[in-house]
Order: sequence, then C-alpha cells, then structure tokens
Amino acid sequence: MTPLPAALDWDWESAFESLPSLLSAFLQVTLLVTVLSTALAAVLGLVIAMTLRLAPRPVAGVVRWIAHFIRMTPIVVQLLFAYYAFLELEPLTIGVLVFGIHYSTYMSEVYRAGIDSVPAGQWEATTALSMSTRRTWTAVIIPQALRATVPALGNYAVSMFKDTPFLLVIGVVEMVNAGLIYGGNNFRYIEPITLVGVIFLLASYPTSLLISRLEKRLAYRT
Amino acid sequence: MTDHLASLAEAAPRLAQGLSVTVQLTIFGALLAFAIAVVLGLMAGSSSLWLRGPARVVIEFFRGTSLVVQLFFYFFVLPQLGVDLHPMVCGVLGLGLNYGAYGAEVVRGSINSVPAGQWEATIALSLSPAQRIRRVIFPQAWALMIPSLTNLLVHLMKGTAIVSAITLADFTFHLDQLRRVTSTMFSYAAVGLIGYFVLALVLTGIMAMLETHAKHKLGQGRSLRAILSPAPTVAAPGGGAA
Repeated sequence: MTPLPAALDWDWESAFESLPSLLSAFLQVTLLVTVLSTALAAVLGLVIAMTLRLAPRPVAGVVRWIAHFIRMTPIVVQLLFAYYAFLELEPLTIGVLVFGIHYSTYMSEVYRAGIDSVPAGQWEATTALSMSTRRTWTAVIIPQALRATVPALGNYAVSMFKDTPFLLVIGVVEMVNAGLIYGGNNFRYIEPITLVGVIFLLASYPTSLLISRLEKRLAYRT
Repeated sequence: MTDHLASLAEAAPRLAQGLSVTVQLTIFGALLAFAIAVVLGLMAGSSSLWLRGPARVVIEFFRGTSLVVQLFFYFFVLPQLGVDLHPMVCGVLGLGLNYGAYGAEVVRGSINSVPAGQWEATIALSLSPAQRIRRVIFPQAWALMIPSLTNLLVHLMKGTAIVSAITLADFTFHLDQLRRVTSTMFSYAAVGLIGYFVLALVLTGIMAMLETHAKHKLGQGRSLRAILSPAPTVAAPGGGAA
C-alpha cells in the first residue's frame, strides 16, 4: 500500500508560480495561432469552395480529393511532415499554415452548404439583371451565403483552438507545452495541467454559448 | 527509391506493431466513447433536471478542456495523485471520454429527431420506459446518428496520432523512426498520411455498412447481404423488399 501521496493537496503557490508562463503562452501562441489560422482557413476555405463550383470538372475533382485527403488524415502527422519538409521555417509559422490549411478543408464544406442554400431565384435575378460573374458573386451570392455560415465557422474556430496543443509535437511552446515544461522543472504537474484545462474551458465554453445564440438569432431572421 | 523500399521492408514489422497500437486505441476508444455517448445522451435528453443537469456539466467539461490536456492529466497528474495507469489505458480513457462527450450531443439530437408520434405510440402500447427506448426509439435514432458518429470516429482516429507524447509507440511514432533512415517525403507523406487515409477509408466503409444494416432493419433500402452478395439480385416486381 502506498501512503496517501503528499501531492494530493493542491498547492496554490505552484499554481500562482506557473500561471504567468501559461498565460503568456496562451496569449502569444495559442490565441495567436487560433486567430491567424482561422483567418487563413476562412479565406482559403472560400477559395476552395468557389474552385469546386467554378473550375473545370477535372480541376474541381482533383481539388475535392486533395481536400478530402487532408480532412481524413491526422493534423499531427501533417504538422510533422511540414516541419521536417520545411526546416528553414519557424515551427510557429508551420503551425499557422498547417492549421489554416487543415481547417480550410472543413470550412470549404461550410461555404459549399452556404452557397447551395442561396435560393435559385437569386441566381436567376443576377442573370436577368445581366450582372457579371464577379458582381454576381461579390454583391449577391457571397453576402447571403456568408450569413448562414458564420456560426459554423465559429464552431470550427473553437475546435481549432482546442486542437492547438497538437503543436507541441513540433516543439512549439503553446499552453500545454508550457505547463509540461513547468511540471518537468518543478515536478508538479497537478497545478499547471489543471490550470491549462481551466483556461481552455473558460475560453471555449462562453464562446460556444455565444455562437449558439448567434445561430438562433440568424436562424429566426432568415 | 529502392533504398527507401528496402528500409520500408525492414521497418515493416515495427510499423505493423505501431499500426496495431493505433487501431487498438481507435477501437477501444470508440467503444468507450459510444457507451459514454449513449448514457450521457439519454441523460441529457431526459426531462428530469436531476439527470439532465449532471449530464450537461460532464459533457461541457469534457468537450471544453481539450483532448490533449485530458490525456496529459491522466498520464502526468493522476500518478501524482496515487493513480498509476498504463499509458494505453490513459489513451483509451482520454479518447473515450472526450469523444464520448461529443457523441452524447449526437445521440441526444438523434433521439430528439425521432418523430413524436413514435413516442406516443409506445405510450399507447403501454411499453415500459426501457422498452420504449430499446425497441422503438433507439433503433430509429441509431440510423439517424450513424453519419455524425462516422465523422467523430474519423476525428478520434486522427486524435490517436498524439499518443506518442504519452510514450505509446503508435504508427506515428514508428514513422519518425522510418524518417531517420529514409526521407520526410517517403515516411510521413507516402507511408504515414496514406496509411492513415486508408485506415479512415476502412472505418468509414464499416460505418456505411452499419448504416445500410440499420436502415434495412427499419424497412428502408436493401439488406447488407443483398448488396454484398456476388449474385446479381433481381429487383422484385412492384419494388417490394427482396
């Protein structure tokens, strides 16, 4: 029988001591990657969705398969691949690019559904008004398609946020890695790892609530 | 290239071992996740606050705190609290609880989508609450939830790739070993990504078969046996079930 471990008690001192490094990793890496990758994924996702719609059939087919392939394979392996393939790039840059590209393949599906949800009458109206393809998309289709997609894009941003700890496989010191480093140096994992979990929960749960409220509001009006 | 193939042949037994760890984590993680999803999903869909409240707290907790954090909690923190788990148990527990919480929302949503008339019918037939769920509601909800569960299963499989961080020698771990003797392109892209992709295709294929089976039992579509049988089936006149 092992005696009750001394570490069972929560040590506030360790908690306060580890907090600054966790928060700085949260702001400088976790949040930064989430924001930049979300922006990249949102733009690239739209490009993919429009390519699938507008490009000639063979091109669209190839793009669809590549997107499917990226979606069905682990982001961890993609990170490791990109890290070793582009050793001259900063791991953080690799992280932003891989997360952005990985999630763009999910977001392209959201856009596709959004574009499909624009009523056929809108397309007919642009033809009747003899709008150019460019005007049709920028002034009529995309604004309406985007409206329906905002909540789903937000949900993917939240899942990306919770996936950022995968970055530790390429040595990026995001929040979890910062917690592990503190734990390794001081041999106390309880406080830093628990705090990391609490910070994730405090950041992601209210955001999810906001998104589902937004979803309901947008749904009533349309 | 021939060098690479020779290295691959040499590494094949270890890669197969790693793949087996990945597949075990996926299967056991998915089974645990499904059990948790059904229990939490039924609780979260219940009208009693005493069932719904705790289920919601557990679901939001496990969804909100990130898979990797949970894995490290089981691996690094529990031993300091006197609970020593095998890394494999940590992996299965982490994947099962995290994806189980996501699955609970799918189960709850699918049960909600079963038409109200079905519930009314079970009451009219005075079935017990357990019979209502088991014989009438769940089989219909099951067919509805399979597509979303398939997505979660692929997510879970992709999530297993992090377990080398808790010392498990999975497929990804052995890819790095292969990279040292071949190239990044060969090990991570050609063997690794394609290997995981094939695994994902197998998983989605199995789930598609489950869906066909579930729908056939509800009287929709042909049976799995009819689809898979080598002999061409002749459509019954009038479109009746074969």
